[in-house]
Amino acid sequence: MNASLLSLAIWVPIIGALPVFWAGSDRRCLVRWLALAVAVAGFLVTIPLYTGFDPKLAGMQFVEQLPWIPRFNVQYYLGVDGISMPFILLNAFITVMVVLAGWDVIEEKQAQYMGAFLVMSGLMNGIFSALDGVLFYVFFEASLIPMYIIIGVWGGPNRVYAAIKFFLYTLLGSLLMLVALLWLFLAAGGSFNILDWHQLQIGMKPQILIFIAFLVSFAVKVPMWPVHTWLPDAHVEAPTGGSVVLAAIALKLGAYGFVRFSLPIVPDAAHYMAPFMITLSLIAVVYIGFVALVQTDMKKLIAYSSISHMGFVTLGFFIFNQLGVEGALVQMISHGFISAAMFLCVGVMYDRVHSRQIADYGGVVHTMPKFAALFVFFAMANSGLPATSGFVGEFMVILGAIKANFWLGFLAATTLILGAAYTLWMIKRVVYGPVGNHHVAEMQDINGREFLFLGILALSVLAMGLYPFPFTEVMHASVDNLLKHVAVSKL
Amino acid sequence: MKTIYLLVPLAPLVGAILAGFCGGLLGRTGAHLVTIAGVALSFILSVIIFQDVQAGHTFNGAVYTWMESGGLKLEIGFMIDQLTVLMMLVVTFVSLMVHIYTIGYMAHDEDNWPEGSKAGTHSYQRFFSYISLFTFSMLMLVMSNNFVQLFFGWEAVGLVSYLLIGFWSVRETAIYANLKAFLVNRVGDFGFLLGIGLVAAYAGSLDYVTVFGKAKELATMTEAVTGWPLITAICICLFIGAMGKSAQFPLHVWLPDSMEGPTPISALIHAATMVTAGIFMVSRMSPLFELSDTALSFVIVIGGITTLFMALIAIVQTDVKRVVAYSTLSQLGYMTMALGASAYSVAIFHLMTHAFFKAVLFLGAGSVIIAMHHEQDMRKMGGLKKYMPITYATMLIGAIANAGLPPFAGFFSKDSIIEAVHFSQVPFAGFAYVCALAAVFVGGLYSFRLIFFTFHGEERFRHAADNHGGHGHDAHHDAHDEHGHHGPVEPHESPKVVTVPLLLLAIPAIGSGWLIGTILYGNWFGDAIVVSDAHKGMATMAAQFHGIFGMMLHGMMTLPFWLALAGAATAWFLYIKRPDLPAVIKQKLAFPAMILEEKYGFDRFNDWFFAGGARGLGRGLWKGGDQVLIDGVMVNGSAGAVGWFAGLTALIQSGRIYQYAFFIIIGAVALLGYAWLTVFSRVL
Repeated sequence: MNASLLSLAIWVPIIGALPVFWAGSDRRCLVRWLALAVAVAGFLVTIPLYTGFDPKLAGMQFVEQLPWIPRFNVQYYLGVDGISMPFILLNAFITVMVVLAGWDVIEEKQAQYMGAFLVMSGLMNGIFSALDGVLFYVFFEASLIPMYIIIGVWGGPNRVYAAIKFFLYTLLGSLLMLVALLWLFLAAGGSFNILDWHQLQIGMKPQILIFIAFLVSFAVKVPMWPVHTWLPDAHVEAPTGGSVVLAAIALKLGAYGFVRFSLPIVPDAAHYMAPFMITLSLIAVVYIGFVALVQTDMKKLIAYSSISHMGFVTLGFFIFNQLGVEGALVQMISHGFISAAMFLCVGVMYDRVHSRQIADYGGVVHTMPKFAALFVFFAMANSGLPATSGFVGEFMVILGAIKANFWLGFLAATTLILGAAYTLWMIKRVVYGPVGNHHVAEMQDINGREFLFLGILALSVLAMGLYPFPFTEVMHASVDNLLKHVAVSKL
Repeated sequence: MKTIYLLVPLAPLVGAILAGFCGGLLGRTGAHLVTIAGVALSFILSVIIFQDVQAGHTFNGAVYTWMESGGLKLEIGFMIDQLTVLMMLVVTFVSLMVHIYTIGYMAHDEDNWPEGSKAGTHSYQRFFSYISLFTFSMLMLVMSNNFVQLFFGWEAVGLVSYLLIGFWSVRETAIYANLKAFLVNRVGDFGFLLGIGLVAAYAGSLDYVTVFGKAKELATMTEAVTGWPLITAICICLFIGAMGKSAQFPLHVWLPDSMEGPTPISALIHAATMVTAGIFMVSRMSPLFELSDTALSFVIVIGGITTLFMALIAIVQTDVKRVVAYSTLSQLGYMTMALGASAYSVAIFHLMTHAFFKAVLFLGAGSVIIAMHHEQDMRKMGGLKKYMPITYATMLIGAIANAGLPPFAGFFSKDSIIEAVHFSQVPFAGFAYVCALAAVFVGGLYSFRLIFFTFHGEERFRHAADNHGGHGHDAHHDAHDEHGHHGPVEPHESPKVVTVPLLLLAIPAIGSGWLIGTILYGNWFGDAIVVSDAHKGMATMAAQFHGIFGMMLHGMMTLPFWLALAGAATAWFLYIKRPDLPAVIKQKLAFPAMILEEKYGFDRFNDWFFAGGARGLGRGLWKGGDQVLIDGVMVNGSAGAVGWFAGLTALIQSGRIYQYAFFIIIGAVALLGYAWLTVFSRVL
């Protein structure tokens, strides 16, 4: 049983999507409950991954290894360590939220909508647990398809432009990764085993080329400045659920790629390129912080805020200390909760007023006090208020950055001001003030279902802020191991 | 005992949760009872802990491990010593009084909300929930034994302050003020966090005791990248945090605007407790600050500037709450000066006396505002003495204490500060001393101006009633019509829930100063506050102290006493004897008056430079960087280039047979010609 947990995490949602498709969009009630059952089942099978996880072990756990394409020595090889395991739980958890959020909001092709999310959930779990290069690549690319469809079919008026921009941007990036994977396959004497690649001795020049190939692919996903411009467009056009998965999980894939591939396989290049990576990260934090300030569309604002927060993640990775790397990982999980919640909040308002423009709101607190309380709470979390999860990762990365170089910490810490400024200025204009117009006056407060998913997210954000110990505890051994590995030259 | 320590912050938290989430179920009475019970329990337990600490039982221990990473073990825990327990007493006592007072002040809060606003339905319960949540946060802050929890409390009180300044969220001024308060505080927190980061990086711990133990070691180091003396960098960074929270120049700008919030929180948060968090923090960090004279000098100068220049603004304010607000800024400046003079215990002592007399002044101002039906402009008051005798008496006590006249509480603490600054040897202490002396005169002037303007003289509210409501900040204007308050207002004394807390707070506003011998000169703080042997001011003062009567007698023969009295006399002359004079003076001194009324132009500058500049920069980066450069040139540019090239090649594939034939012929001719030429050249 323990041996096939990861396969379950991948295939339960994917196979579970079949009856959802089969039920068809005419039977909406059945579709919803089926989708919810599959999503919940998908979440339940991931729980033993946490409870059964041995935090003392640095290596891979729950390993599954089967031949897949023997001719090229491609394997169905799965396993998780303390770095990847939390993301599988996060992904499965967010999928439940997405199903709940799409409950009676999606009116067209609901079966396909729910099915697409379930399939994507399984594929993303595959990405986080794949230990074979080809398997990783297949999951990585395949996950583009459902997202492309979700944006292209259920998106806003400009969805086709956004979907194509998203697809081309990310595809272009991953092609270079394929080249790097093939190079590594040959260098390793015909092995796609990622863990074998970690042990390869590689010269400086190929290291840098491999690093750049991975960088292009992962930087687009994160996204890092200056290849970030697809994200605001994709978010604006995507349906609420799409934005949630995009922000909460899809962005983490790029960052995860850095710790699984770039750092351990080409550590010398990573060290060599670190100043460049840190510069890009800080530009993301500061530059994007200012850009977020002047957005008039709430989803764009949160999208830019996501880029800025992801800047902390890449910054944390490339300062090479435990506080930085663990802080970055914590930030990734926390951002999963908070950005999901922020997009869901905008979705709740969009469902009522059909506008994402800040100017179309004002005084929402007078008509939706319960919602306003939650929205303000998530906004505070987004601004990194202590006792929310948003604080923990930023705090750790800033401490790590100061340890590495005072000025890095100085620039990173500006998010304290910028993050609060763009988030709370939006809150001021949307939530507070007199009732803006008759649309706002007619808004109904959140119903039980909306309260349920926002409430669960709020509790998660609070719990992680008050007691982050369990999250960092599972990471220690793996992060320690990674840092030790990265500190050794492969030349 | 550990359970009791835990109960102190948790009792108000439980109250806050119940009142906040079960507001409808509990009803108004239930909500205020449960929160008051929580805070009262907290106060009683604080008294018990106080006695326990007096008996010599201090405590320092963890409750749980918050997180562990990179060799840092971060815990949530308590440090209970004299400094903590004094703060706990002040916080819980003032909070309890304010909770009771709020019952009266917020009794008709529904009038403050627009019709149909669902946010207004349980606003009364919500208010109680917030002030209890504040009490919890503040207690977590003062009871902490480490920097992380300190920062948690620090930001949590900021959050509650944000929620409470913007409590009447329908008012544009209130939601402008709360955003401003939060952001200005975040500027301070920026420095604070860098300070904490430096401590973590170089001391390898965020636990107070461990860090203080390494203080001497830190003092010998320099910051690796910047080359700054480490301890000075740490202290100045931490102090920038204090400048935000304790509203020191130039981060003071948020405090006057915070008066947009309901008056009880102006008393509790923006006068008595939260704004003193910075003072408390620096005192707690005394083992670090003592090692850097540069940092102390910075502290004393900032304190001096704040003390004098904020007091000056108070003279020209006409809004009763804003006078008290600027007076708070000035008093916080005094405390900061004391910190800079290494007189941490004096700063804490003034923090305590100030908490009482300033709470009295604010709650008294609130009582006046209720009586005037939410009019805050002093020009429309006057002669209220005979209508509101209790409010008058208590506010007079508060004003005398604020001006620093014996035998009221403010005299002892303020006089000690001036002495300490006088003795201080750090650079620029002389400047601070001059500021302090000048501010004593100004303090006497604005304190008594407030009393005379409000309670004495002509009953201006009688003819002001015609244009009534134009300046009301404290209530929704429709409320007046609904209640039928047309014509002149007939003021009357506030109900008992308002006056009893006033009276109870007036007692320590008179008498808490008499504890000076015990608190300052009896080594009462013990190890909680460290003063280096190089800073002799406190020792000298202790040697010169001969009981409170001796201090009063001595005080009457020194300059500050006469300056305060002169200030009071000036106020009497200008507002009782010759009430026509202020207008004349204002006309003659139009330029200085304008500078003061413009508050030295800080608000304008910040709005233009920081707020406007950030928006301009953001727009520039967005339009110029993201849209034109990245999307326009790089993304769509390369897409365009591909398209252009594709278009070029498409030209060739026209589908017309004769064109293809033409190309074939041309090609054939070219190839043949080439072949022929090569052959030909070989032959030749």
